[in-house]
Amino acid sequence: MMTEALARQHRIALTGNDAVAYAVKQANVDVISAYPITPQTFVVETLSRYVNDGELNAKFINVESEHSALSAVIGASLAGARAFTATASQGLAYMWEALYAASGLRLPIVMALAARALSAPINIHNDHSDFFGMRDAGWIMFNGEEAQETYDLTIMAFKIAEDPRVLLPVVVSYDGFIVSHAITNFYALNDDVVKEFLGVRTTGPRIDPDNPRTFGVLALQDSYFEFKRQQYEAMENSRQVIKEVFQKYEEISGRSYAPLKEYMTSDAETCIVAMGSTVGTARHAVKTLREAGEKAGVVGILQYRPWPVKEAEQLFSRFKRIIVMEKVMSPGARAGPVYEDIAATIYPKHSEVKIIDFTYGLGGRDISTRGIIEIYKKGKELIDKGKTDRVYFHGVRGE
Amino acid sequence: MSTTVTWREIDLGGSVAGGTSEKYKTGNWRVEKPVIDYEKCVRCLICWLYCPEPAIIRNGNEVKIDYDYCKGCGICAEECPRKAITMVPEEI
Repeated sequence: MMTEALARQHRIALTGNDAVAYAVKQANVDVISAYPITPQTFVVETLSRYVNDGELNAKFINVESEHSALSAVIGASLAGARAFTATASQGLAYMWEALYAASGLRLPIVMALAARALSAPINIHNDHSDFFGMRDAGWIMFNGEEAQETYDLTIMAFKIAEDPRVLLPVVVSYDGFIVSHAITNFYALNDDVVKEFLGVRTTGPRIDPDNPRTFGVLALQDSYFEFKRQQYEAMENSRQVIKEVFQKYEEISGRSYAPLKEYMTSDAETCIVAMGSTVGTARHAVKTLREAGEKAGVVGILQYRPWPVKEAEQLFSRFKRIIVMEKVMSPGARAGPVYEDIAATIYPKHSEVKIIDFTYGLGGRDISTRGIIEIYKKGKELIDKGKTDRVYFHGVRGE
Repeated sequence: MSTTVTWREIDLGGSVAGGTSEKYKTGNWRVEKPVIDYEKCVRCLICWLYCPEPAIIRNGNEVKIDYDYCKGCGICAEECPRKAITMVPEEI
């Protein structure tokens, strides 16, 4: 890293959750609201300590449910506050109704999500069921692979959300337990650097007694569609804004971000696609496969919504085989959500590229380098035999 | 809402300037309309108190129904202690 960029940062060892709390403190939020549903994400516990100790001048609102937590944050955001909440699993499911209210009202809320499985059966461990459940809620969706990415994305999330061309809520997800509870070293920007990067929130809808307006109106057949179309456009606009924010962040931090993370892809014939902490394991697996002469590569998904259409087309159309690994199940669908996004991006234009979908790791079932190598070999073989017309399961007894 | 406003010009996030309910005349929601018999009416203002809209306009002790906004819920007729308000079917 450049010395200049290093001078703006310090090395720190925190859990993923505390890395998010640290970023949120530095972002100098005005309001945090949360409820400790099971499974709770201790981001907000750390934040409540910051508030209590006078390290963060914010209002911490304890509520009675996750539905109320997001609702309180929506109210605070409408009042002009920079507002934050965090959740996981059932808590996110319980927020569902308010997710659409936040995006429909065009509020620049930032939420952290320690991604975990959904009940039933009860399970508190990592998969991406909660994350993909909010796919169509109109939120910008990022996934951090480890603490560094998650910290950086949390800072950038405020900048992106509050851009007047965007004004949409942003969720920053990271794998429950694997990232959320593991302590790792990472670079944090100095407080004054974040302060200068983010400034104070000046944009977005806000309640102003001198200029009374109605928020959350009834908009029926004559206008609802126009409001939603405008919201769609904001998501489209965010593509450019995200690019600019990544660029600006690189200038201060020295860390470069792109919607899709590539590893050994330049001459790869078979590409593994993954999201979250698995991406790192997949890199290791691919390194091993390369040593055995396989032309393998990895693409990690950092930005899920907006789906990076152009980047994805350019990248995925280069491969012969794409093996998608998904920590989510979409019963009754042709395949999981990531497969469908990739297929919709490259088909029918690049029909020579073959895709196969593997569901793995549900409910926190561990995935190892060996497991990914097995998926790679099996996926490659099945593609070459033309057996790609179903979803395959890795690591489940009985298959 | 004007039917000429496109998504490009429409206000942000479903917010609108205040006072729009005044422009939104809900009188055509009615199936039955309340009619006051002023011979029976004792000017007690119970109907004015109970109207949820408010579509009963008071001037001193006099009451008048504002048919631009009255949705025909019939609460006034139900609550009138003198049975001075009758719900009359709207003509088509």
